Amino acid sequence: MWWFAVPAVVFYVFVMIIPAARGVLEAFTNWDGLSSTQTFVGLANFETILHDPTALGAIIHTLVIAISVTLFQNLIGLLLALGVKSNIKTGKVLSVIFFAPAVITPVITAFLWQYIYSPSGVINYTLDAVGLGGLQQSWLGDSKIALVSIIIVIVWQFSGYSMVIFIAGLGAIPDDVVEASAIDGAGPFRQFFDIRLPLLKPALLINFLLTLIAGLKQFDVVWVLTQGGPGVSTQTLSTLIFQNAFLFGKFGYGVALAVLLAIIAIPISVIQYRAVARGGDR
Amino acid sequence: MKRYTWKTGLIEVAMIIEAIFFLIPIYILVNLSVRGAADPSSPIAPTLHATFDNFIQAWALGGLGKAILNSGLITVVSVVLIVVFAALASVPLARVSSSWSRGLYFFLMVGLLIPFQLVFIPLYQTFSAMGLLGGPWALVILYVGHQMPFAIFLFASFLREIPLEYEQAASLDGSSRFQTFRYVTFPMLAPVTGTVAILSVILVWNDFMTPLLYLSGSPNQTVPVAIYGFVGEYVSNWPVVFAGLIIGMLPVLVAYLILQRKILDGFAVGVKG
Repeated sequence: MWWFAVPAVVFYVFVMIIPAARGVLEAFTNWDGLSSTQTFVGLANFETILHDPTALGAIIHTLVIAISVTLFQNLIGLLLALGVKSNIKTGKVLSVIFFAPAVITPVITAFLWQYIYSPSGVINYTLDAVGLGGLQQSWLGDSKIALVSIIIVIVWQFSGYSMVIFIAGLGAIPDDVVEASAIDGAGPFRQFFDIRLPLLKPALLINFLLTLIAGLKQFDVVWVLTQGGPGVSTQTLSTLIFQNAFLFGKFGYGVALAVLLAIIAIPISVIQYRAVARGGDR
Repeated sequence: MKRYTWKTGLIEVAMIIEAIFFLIPIYILVNLSVRGAADPSSPIAPTLHATFDNFIQAWALGGLGKAILNSGLITVVSVVLIVVFAALASVPLARVSSSWSRGLYFFLMVGLLIPFQLVFIPLYQTFSAMGLLGGPWALVILYVGHQMPFAIFLFASFLREIPLEYEQAASLDGSSRFQTFRYVTFPMLAPVTGTVAILSVILVWNDFMTPLLYLSGSPNQTVPVAIYGFVGEYVSNWPVVFAGLIIGMLPVLVAYLILQRKILDGFAVGVKG
């Protein structure tokens, strides 16, 4: 029955292994993506990254997005999960609502938020209407705020995703453990920190790693909202890879940036795989 | 703990307020999409004279019907192949305990570590040389290959938990290996099949970066790229743009609302392994 694995392996090798190997090799060339010759340039592309303020900025923005989204999305997701799983009557309906944005195409939600953020859009209009016109901002046009605006959109869209994983984690906590602690006189806060939080550790770990990896690879929302602008203030590794490889004709440099992204993401993925694989053994 | 106290009531109110807050962007989307071009009222105030003209216009201008068909076709073909190939592969990987089997499994799991961004530039060159750019097959091949590690991980983990007896009984009854897979193993995998299918549908349907590149200049766009082009062209006319956005998200949203419980459970299973 070994032939059962043949189609899977063929597709996998063709799409993942060969291109990844080629990518790593091309990262050491100065290929432009068109010409038939490519010259081996050693570590030149990686040295350029170290001296390229745009690339260094992109690394920082990528990390800022990944870390802030991880913190806020999981905090909100956890609160939503605790609320939905409490005794409230509307829990089921609410969980469907909170998760809904996560299934919508990110390009579509990003355009919706582009309007909300636009200079005469909903936020500025509302601020003006309630007499807070002084707080109006160019939410996507101001290089100091644009990154925060992007993070808010991602957190809004995917908090429900984290919530669903936390709900699954909470479901695994036996009710009688929590009830026994209540009889012993533990208040809601003690209950949460002493019982629920430790038992939620697997869900927390998986959520953290999933959001970190997704944040590191973020492309859609940034591309639609700012294309890395204003200036280069929201440039991420993914948008920079895309631009270099396909708009600036710097294939070699683009792939070198992708290798860098892989170097950042791989350790996180290793931890995640081990965590999930262990969870499956239970 | 199971009583509904005033504290529970407080949580309930807070959660409902939170949900309303979550829905504000969606409300704005729907509210503006039914608004006439000459209506000057606030973007937040409910539209009093609702019109569906924007939807008719967006449908005519955006080429969204064709994009939905393209996306649907690419999604269905990709997801069927992902499910079938990954389920098939999981049988030798989960049922044979040789070092070959373990080695191959490990080799496949390496794919979970490779970021998409690294493979999709070299693959662009390969597909270009094969003349597949601009058509649906480049995308289908990419999605199938890319999803193999994750799908096989889910199928194989699940299969290892199922006792071997059913399959043994089937082969004793004289059914071939493929018949055993088709009539015994595959039906038992149904819960994971649902999870793999749901996660893959969302990934394939929503993907933007790949078709933006691989289909650039082609008349056969997928929904995210068609929306991207459409908004770029009509960005000053937000009501029509919003109608287009709603048309673009409706297929997935409707499917979600119909299959909500399955999808929520599927997501949870998918990440728990």
